[in-house]
Amino acid sequence: MQRYRCASILESSTPGRLARICVLVVMGFALTNFTVPKATGENRSNQQVTIDNFSFSPATLTVPAGTEVTWVNHDDIPHTVVSDDKTTFKSRALDTDEKFSFTFAKPGTYTYFCSLHPHMTAKVVVQ
Amino acid sequence: MAPMKDEILFDHHHDEIDRRGFLRCMAWAGAGAVCVLQGGVLTSYALGRGGNSGVKIPKGELTFVQISDSHMGFDKPANPDVVSTFQAAIDKINAMPVVPEFILHTGDVSHLAKPAQFDNVQQLLKSARIKDVFYVPGEHDLVGDDGQQFRDRFGKGTQGAGWYSFDKKGVHFAGLVNVANLKAGGLGSLGTDQLAWLEKDVKHLKASTPVVVFAHIPLWTVYPDWGWGTDDSAQALGYLKRFGSVTVLNGHIHQTMQKVEGNVTFHTACSTAFPQPKPGSAPSAGPMKVPAEQLRSLLGVTEVHYKKGQHSLAITDSSLG
Repeated sequence: MQRYRCASILESSTPGRLARICVLVVMGFALTNFTVPKATGENRSNQQVTIDNFSFSPATLTVPAGTEVTWVNHDDIPHTVVSDDKTTFKSRALDTDEKFSFTFAKPGTYTYFCSLHPHMTAKVVVQ
Repeated sequence: MAPMKDEILFDHHHDEIDRRGFLRCMAWAGAGAVCVLQGGVLTSYALGRGGNSGVKIPKGELTFVQISDSHMGFDKPANPDVVSTFQAAIDKINAMPVVPEFILHTGDVSHLAKPAQFDNVQQLLKSARIKDVFYVPGEHDLVGDDGQQFRDRFGKGTQGAGWYSFDKKGVHFAGLVNVANLKAGGLGSLGTDQLAWLEKDVKHLKASTPVVVFAHIPLWTVYPDWGWGTDDSAQALGYLKRFGSVTVLNGHIHQTMQKVEGNVTFHTACSTAFPQPKPGSAPSAGPMKVPAEQLRSLLGVTEVHYKKGQHSLAITDSSLG
């Protein structure tokens, strides 16, 4: 992500400015990293999984414990987000652009699927 | 489209799909095709848009019609008005020269199992001249409450997730549910309870009894990558092996497909709401966006005729426009 930011700046910057901006961006990241919450629950980070063309993306999402994951459905057909055990988490049917969030408090591998289209499977790895 | 006079012959002893014939049957779906089974050989005739075009459709002692995937509540491209196309399907049924005995709805009655969506379908069906409608749920009808509302409305007296059977004029009908309790990574599923019920349900029947099985997801493997199949369908079909005539009617894939395997004819009906792409022809099974003027040619209803003494049932698909 850091590299991506630098690259996009590169397109619109002179080399001299670029160096300064990159330093600032790197510093910004250093600061961000320093303040990353340690799963306190109050200042937790958020990650997104998108549903496009009947598939979850990314198919495997790795996050630190305490992360809230939000799924958003971009298909014209409703989908659900249901843990394989059907109890850990279970969304209602998400129509187009609707979202569902779940906070993963404990480390582990959480496999899930769409209960309407069970060939749609993916997982969240919580570290 | 000009009426075609081609015939497609399927080898009764083949276990594979006659791919050439299968694809041509597919290509005709928009214009409507008659598939007549006699003596185990399936002969298909294309229909012109205007009607039968001189092709003689056998008039059976029992005629019924199948509609599917009305997706009431869907409002996206290519069909922002599923009410109109559902009404067009009813109008088409009302205009049929042979009055069908009843309607089968093979599921996805609603888009999101909302009370207003079910209400709408029930209200629209009041304009049908046939009052008997038999339903099985699609996965969309089970959203939120595992199908409780669906069963309360459309499945009174059914068992388990909503399966049941009935007899009409010597034909045995079994309505199955293969959209409940689906497992991660799997396809459609009937489950052990329903399979045990089916085995018992058909046990007392004579082998000469024509059997019609209807369920939402195809009971044959159409395209597993898109979930178009049922994991334990082979077991169900095993109970039906001894019957001379078995017709399996499904929906879910929003397009017509037919396959003959031994004494079993598998057929899927069009949706009345929106078409879906041919297997593998698009990134996903999502709604196929087609120009407005093409839409109704890709939606349709299916008519089935049974004549006593005849080996198999005759299936006719016709488009809404």
